[in-house]
Amino acid sequence: MSKAVSVLNGARFSGLATVEDAGLQGMITLRGDLGSKALKAAVKAATGAGVPAQGSISVAENGAAAWMSPDELLLLVPYEDAVAKTAEVAEALKGEHALAVNVSDARAFFRLSGEGAREVLGKVSPVDFDAAAFKPGQFRRSRLAQVAGAFWLNEDGSFYIVCFRSVGEYVFKLLSAGAHPQSKVGVY
Amino acid sequence: MLILECPYCGVKAEETELAAGGEAHLKRYGPGSSDDEFHDYLFMRENPKGVHFERWRHANGCGKWFHAARCTMTLEVFGTYTAQTSVPTQEILDKIAAKRPGWTWREFADGKK
Repeated sequence: MSKAVSVLNGARFSGLATVEDAGLQGMITLRGDLGSKALKAAVKAATGAGVPAQGSISVAENGAAAWMSPDELLLLVPYEDAVAKTAEVAEALKGEHALAVNVSDARAFFRLSGEGAREVLGKVSPVDFDAAAFKPGQFRRSRLAQVAGAFWLNEDGSFYIVCFRSVGEYVFKLLSAGAHPQSKVGVY
Repeated sequence: MLILECPYCGVKAEETELAAGGEAHLKRYGPGSSDDEFHDYLFMRENPKGVHFERWRHANGCGKWFHAARCTMTLEVFGTYTAQTSVPTQEILDKIAAKRPGWTWREFADGKK
């Protein structure tokens, strides 16, 4: 089998903030009734994290679950385990009105860190990134300039950004341009 | 800039995150209806200066459709509500009545349920 590589294979840019390809990440799209017991148990078993509250992400040691919509979660698992975990989740939800799909290779994954992280993301997304408005653990699906994207804020002030792999290069260049050292706005 | 709160994910989304879906609460006429009914369903749309009901989709977000009641003249938003209904919520109707006495829109009007 060919060797799997992430969209930009570890590319990195440093400016107002550091933009880096965060490597391969296992991602499972799970749709179903988020209130159901079987789904909660399946999410816990696959990621170690509980079903997150609306607009947030619950992070465990080896995985995470992010709230995408009232009936959709994004499960983050180690890349190597994605296929097996997808099968496990599907098995656990047999008979339920639910669907689990491994989308790891359809996504690009970036990390945005440093002082200017809020500002750089604020330039490309119509979201309020004020420290009082966007807090660690919050997860948001929105727009990154012209394409759809999702992101959440970590305790250390860095963002993880998820987008479609087909627009991965666009998003990396977009964030890099936003992080140009001479482009400071100083809002956040 | 129009800012609508998505009733499904609670996000205050601005226009560029949303996709407009045209007029709300259309009554569909299909096979068996008269030509006039079908014509009106296809082509006749409200174009009010004032209170208006619309469908919107949180396209760059949770992806759900919802309804919004707003004023086309001032861009004031009276409220957003679920897509799984054929009438606006009473709360929104009351709010519009308080701010725009005597308003009408298709079969909805001030004081009518």
